[in-house]
Amino acid sequence: MDLQATLNSLREGNVSLSQIIVSLWEAIERREEELRAFISLADPDQLVRDGEELAGLPLAGLPIAIKDNLITRDFPTTCGSKILSGFRPPFDATCVARLRAAGAQVQGKTNLDEFAMGSSTEHSAFGPTRNPHDPERVPGGSSGGSAAAVAAEEALAALGTDTGGSVRQPAALCGVVGLRPTYGRVSRWGLVAFASSLDTVGVLARSVRDAALLLSLIAGPDPRDATCLPLPPENYLESLGEGALDGLRIGVPKEYVPAELSPAARALVDRWCALAREQGAEVVEISLPLTEYALPTYYLIASAEASANLARYDGVRYGLRLPGEQVAQMMAATRTAGFGREVKRRIALGTFALSAGYYDQYYGKAQRVRTLIAREFQAAFREVDLIMGPTSPTPAFRLGEKEDPIAMYLSDVFTLPSALAGLPAISIPGGEVEGLPFGLQLIAPRLAEGKLLGAAYALEQVLG
Amino acid sequence: MRGLETVIGLEIHVQLATATKLFCGCRADYFAAPPNTLTCPVCLGMPGALPVLNRKAVEYALRVALALGAQVKRRSHFDRKNYFYPDLPKGYQITQRQVPLAVGGELRFWVEGEERRVRIRELHLEEDAGKLVHTPAGALVDMNRCGVPLVEIVTEPDLRTPGEAKEFLRALRTLLRHLGVSGADMEKGELRCDANLSLARDGEWGVKSEIKNLNSFRGVERALAAAAAWQRERLERGEEIRLATFGWDEGRERLLLQRAKEEAHDYRYFPEPDLVPLEVSEELLEKVRAGLPELPWARRERFVREYRLSSREVEVLLGEPELADYFERVAAAVGEGREAANWILTEVLRFWQGSPPLPAEELALLIQKVRKKEISRTTAKELLEEAIGGKESLERLLAGRAVRQLTDEAELEKLAREAMSQHPQAVADFQAGKTQALGFLVGQVMRKTKGRADASKLAQIFQRLLAS
Ligand SMILES: [Zn+2]
Repeated sequence: MDLQATLNSLREGNVSLSQIIVSLWEAIERREEELRAFISLADPDQLVRDGEELAGLPLAGLPIAIKDNLITRDFPTTCGSKILSGFRPPFDATCVARLRAAGAQVQGKTNLDEFAMGSSTEHSAFGPTRNPHDPERVPGGSSGGSAAAVAAEEALAALGTDTGGSVRQPAALCGVVGLRPTYGRVSRWGLVAFASSLDTVGVLARSVRDAALLLSLIAGPDPRDATCLPLPPENYLESLGEGALDGLRIGVPKEYVPAELSPAARALVDRWCALAREQGAEVVEISLPLTEYALPTYYLIASAEASANLARYDGVRYGLRLPGEQVAQMMAATRTAGFGREVKRRIALGTFALSAGYYDQYYGKAQRVRTLIAREFQAAFREVDLIMGPTSPTPAFRLGEKEDPIAMYLSDVFTLPSALAGLPAISIPGGEVEGLPFGLQLIAPRLAEGKLLGAAYALEQVLG
Repeated sequence: MRGLETVIGLEIHVQLATATKLFCGCRADYFAAPPNTLTCPVCLGMPGALPVLNRKAVEYALRVALALGAQVKRRSHFDRKNYFYPDLPKGYQITQRQVPLAVGGELRFWVEGEERRVRIRELHLEEDAGKLVHTPAGALVDMNRCGVPLVEIVTEPDLRTPGEAKEFLRALRTLLRHLGVSGADMEKGELRCDANLSLARDGEWGVKSEIKNLNSFRGVERALAAAAAWQRERLERGEEIRLATFGWDEGRERLLLQRAKEEAHDYRYFPEPDLVPLEVSEELLEKVRAGLPELPWARRERFVREYRLSSREVEVLLGEPELADYFERVAAAVGEGREAANWILTEVLRFWQGSPPLPAEELALLIQKVRKKEISRTTAKELLEEAIGGKESLERLLAGRAVRQLTDEAELEKLAREAMSQHPQAVADFQAGKTQALGFLVGQVMRKTKGRADASKLAQIFQRLLAS
């Protein structure tokens, strides 16, 4: 049962808020010790008590899980890092505030790769989260906690963040829906910055309509985020209908179906194309030759921005502080102890990419390639309405399997290009490969979330 | 060493007097506020907080740019300047590096009556950092100043003497005050200056010495003179001059070597992704241009022309726009400026503390009464001081004294004779050659008439009577 169905039952009086919360906590008790999807959890009795007053609001007091790099007033926000230990933020992220205003409650804070840097949720100071479909495997990342909680029915729905694929890839690996909106569609106020020009707030849900519902509630202008687009909110539920695929032209980039893709995965892509055609869509092969440059481009830009964004964790004002003779030693000791290996690796890479003498060669060039990638998408969208392909090249891999950072980065090759172009994209369950969930990704032009969700909904119905 | 020319360029930080900070809603006027009371998640650099540009600060900066005749970039952007310091909460300062708000322009000013023009290289917006407060228990951080808007003005190396640099700064202060964008008080840190100096021989420039954080006009002049002397001595001894950065010990008037340039920072500038590019519309530029007041150099020329004031007098009057405005109001009420300037510069200025100590109309009234010889200059000065010091208005003071100067020859003579008969000793003393006895006699009459007697006329009468 998805969020929308739960809401309907609640309104019709078939179920009480208390019963819903009890059943979520039953799942948590059954699975959480093994999965470790949450870093912190609300008190269920408190949720039931507080929820009564919210009955008249759109989300009627239902709990939503929140990724722990989104600032919340009543929970610590850790970003999966030791460096923020003890930090209690004094405000709510805009997306959280909007969910609360719509009658949602914060169920808890979900695990993530430290500061959202990773694709497996192994790089958290609170230990790894495991995949509900196979606990020997990763849930993807960095919103792995949110994806696992929704997949294990511990949560009705969750917010995540997507910088290079961090909502879509874990959604694919856990077999749930993961939506990344257009950059600027949802305010970043209260999203702890990893890479400011790429960070977005997204939704992990059990259905496309849940994703549409939650996006409608959190999207819209915000005077506190200068990069948030000044466009009024939309009701994306209105875009959902059976015939959404009829007459659409869908492009499948040949670079997204490379020779290395397993035969089972290729067979699934063929099936998606066939289903889309059955629904009246025209499916054509297209080419996005710059796809292979997305990975180095992304790692240069994201790491450069991260090197500055993470400079504030210096032990002076909040979070961890280690002793040091002088201020510089205190800062160095604090940052050495507070950050994990992957975070340090990216800070070092970003610092190097920005240094005098290397700026043009690395950061400057990456920015130019980013512009070219965005233009390549623009050109493609003059030919097709949507782009379709796998969300990630493989299903969930085993914990510890990708020790080599480059091998890890490669699991995001299909999500990085659209992130660099700031485009909206969604991953929906597309079937199974080796008995594990495999995600279908749709990418749309800027601000075409309605079209994206409509098509995803239509495909979801026929994929079963 | 002869043939060496001093070459000076300045980088000036001006605090803008906006109500709120550059990127958040916190109050910007931190002067005398208790530490860390004017802060929020944005200026404290908390995770998840984002900057939003204060449009008023942009307008203020544009006022300065247009007044200097700079070319405003229609599209500029902000950059991050990265370095670690405890008073810098984000670990970077938001500034404008690649494309500043405006480039070019010049400042016109006068040194001993001679006009100088110094070219401006660029002008940009940036945020201020916090402050370290050193205590016996260790250093504390006060973030009140963090995020206060600054305009940085960079000059071309057009200045030739330390004195000229000081005058340039004075003129800049005058301009900023006229524009109403900053208190520009160096003592309060509203105007801060870094200076670069090198010695040039035959047009070939030498190695630069940089002096950071100069906080007084005197300091600017002294520090530059010290840096010039330092370079000169080295050259005389045939030593090489290396790039260096100095601080300035204001108390002991000494240069302090801070770092040699080899240890220079790499600030890893890159465009600030949390802010959109800064677009300046033609509409906004027009609005700002239309709101510009008469600029100090135009006003200066007008003062000299219209009121026949000396260069020095104009300098003083224009030092504070309120003073210049006051002068103009008094001059208008009196009907001419020469006398108004005399009164303001010799009598009113010493009571001036940022605002008029006496309403312009009252000063004008006093000046007019003296001109019509209704009261003596002495009485006028006394009344002025009483009016400034007391609670009573000048009009009431005038009525109270019922002052009308005694100028009538006959009446004065009557009073003089009275005094002579009451003080025969003084008369005898004068006749015995003690000329100071005349002053005593005049004083007696003045006291009796409560200062209304025309003192110079009275002295003449006494002299006539005593001689006979
Ligand atoms: Zn603030």
